[in-house]
Amino acid sequence: MQLLAVEKLTKSFGGLTAVLNVNIELKRGELIGLIGPNGAGKTTVFNLLTGVYVPTSGSITFFRDDAKTKTALHGLKPHKICKEGVARTFQNIRLFRDLTVFDNVRIAMHKNVKYGLLAGLLHLPSYHREERDIAEASMELLKIFKLDGKKDEYAKNLPYGEQRHLEIARALATDPELLLLDEPAAGMNPAETAQLTELIKWIREKFNLTILLIEHDMSVVMKICERIYVLDYGMLIAEGTPDEIRSNSRVIKAYLGEDVSNA
Amino acid sequence: MKGTLNTQFIKRVIFLLLAYVIVQLLVSTNIINEYLQATLVTICINIILAVSLNLITGFTGQFSLGHAGFMSIGAYTCAIITMRMSTLAGFVIGTLSGAVMAALVGFIVGLPTLRLRGDYLAIATLGMSEIIRIVFINLDSITNGAAGLNGIPRFVNWPWLYLFVVGTIVLIRNFLKSSHGRACIAIREDEIAAEAMGINTTKYKVLAFIIGAFCAGIAGALYSSYFYYIKPDLFGFLKSVDILVIVVLGGLGSISGSVLAAVLLALVSTYFQSFPEIRMILYSLILIIIMIFRPQGLLGSKEISFAVFNRVNKLFAFRKGEK
Repeated sequence: MQLLAVEKLTKSFGGLTAVLNVNIELKRGELIGLIGPNGAGKTTVFNLLTGVYVPTSGSITFFRDDAKTKTALHGLKPHKICKEGVARTFQNIRLFRDLTVFDNVRIAMHKNVKYGLLAGLLHLPSYHREERDIAEASMELLKIFKLDGKKDEYAKNLPYGEQRHLEIARALATDPELLLLDEPAAGMNPAETAQLTELIKWIREKFNLTILLIEHDMSVVMKICERIYVLDYGMLIAEGTPDEIRSNSRVIKAYLGEDVSNA
Repeated sequence: MKGTLNTQFIKRVIFLLLAYVIVQLLVSTNIINEYLQATLVTICINIILAVSLNLITGFTGQFSLGHAGFMSIGAYTCAIITMRMSTLAGFVIGTLSGAVMAALVGFIVGLPTLRLRGDYLAIATLGMSEIIRIVFINLDSITNGAAGLNGIPRFVNWPWLYLFVVGTIVLIRNFLKSSHGRACIAIREDEIAAEAMGINTTKYKVLAFIIGAFCAGIAGALYSSYFYYIKPDLFGFLKSVDILVIVVLGGLGSISGSVLAAVLLALVSTYFQSFPEIRMILYSLILIIIMIFRPQGLLGSKEISFAVFNRVNKLFAFRKGEK
């Protein structure tokens, strides 16, 4: 069942075309990889999907409620896109550094808060009730990432690997249907990467998610992605299963250069 | 859990009542005389101003230099209403409408300017407060121009002051502990991440601005009702800077820091009245020294709470060899 359809997505910055005519299709429950050499435009695609940039042309359509309702995501503001059910992490971790681990997750639950401003100002019963629920749900999420013991730690004081985990936890707190992970394994050692790979597989099942991930570490991508899109110079050059991508000559050329593929 | 919450609440109420009664006794026994009362009023008004500016600058991270503008709207609205309706009801209506007017202007000004960041926003808000000042100078028929309004009836006394100070602090503290307040703090921490987590950053920046302006309006109303006399020049750029100094000195992102700094600076200023020649030099020196040794402000982003007293208690218990 369709979840996301990206059609002819293009983004130019002045004279530079960062992304050109990209088509991506995600089905519900898939785990898809987006790879490409440095500067290929992967993060730009993420920024277009989450509303940080407005596309120059092309469309992004999000299907919800078993593909019954269609929403055009292009042109929406990031917070609206998040409310539609798309959450993300950032390549260069963007946690709320001076807030606690607990607060980082609680803030991300804001979009589902129902009590109004007045209840918040006067701490009416609805405030207490919902805050208790938020606290419980946050702790549950932190437990999954083994961060519950560090709930009062400042985010900036966490070790690097745990900061990456917290970012994923925070994205999950927004209760998304589609999760975009921008290089989740960047800077991790092989053992941490292997652990993260398992975690990504597991949260997909547990939260019933569709995941699109950008990753440079091929051990992650080849192991868990069902399909892979390859981007080079802003254009899609290949699409297929890990095995197909591994033997695709254009992909090898893009990654390793002309000479190697000839050798 | 519920029990500890309740005892905490009771402790707070007792503390607040105690503070009220003590000052009330000092006032009625004339230990706080007419002269010191002016200091007391200044402290209370500055607390309201500083705490509300802290919400905008310290917690939401939006650098504003226009707080005196909002204050002046509250002051003029309340003065104009109480001069025509010289009753207690008039004072209450005047104060509330002053606050609402200030909030309204905060909304109108905030919507376009809060797209700006950092220094640009500071300059825009500075321009806004100057515009307000010029409008008051030129609205001769209502505001009596540059000469200002004289003979505003006085209704402000210690109970009213205390009510509004505590009200402001409780309201802003409650706000910051709610999801809406956390959304504002998230904007300070990382606007892009906050937006990506589903927070409508424009909405919450404007909301912080409105709440801040509302409280500044109350402070202005209290000012006009106590000091009989207001003129546009009282609410110039320097007044905004004065408020900002209190906020930075107490610590950006600390309500109790703002309260502490407001009290401290007013006391220092009053004490130095006896040396008028070197008063401003000493005042500035103190600011410089504090900023050198505590660049994050007196309290940083921490709060003083009853937990501190508990910790002190524990420390003493430990010293006595108990556990």
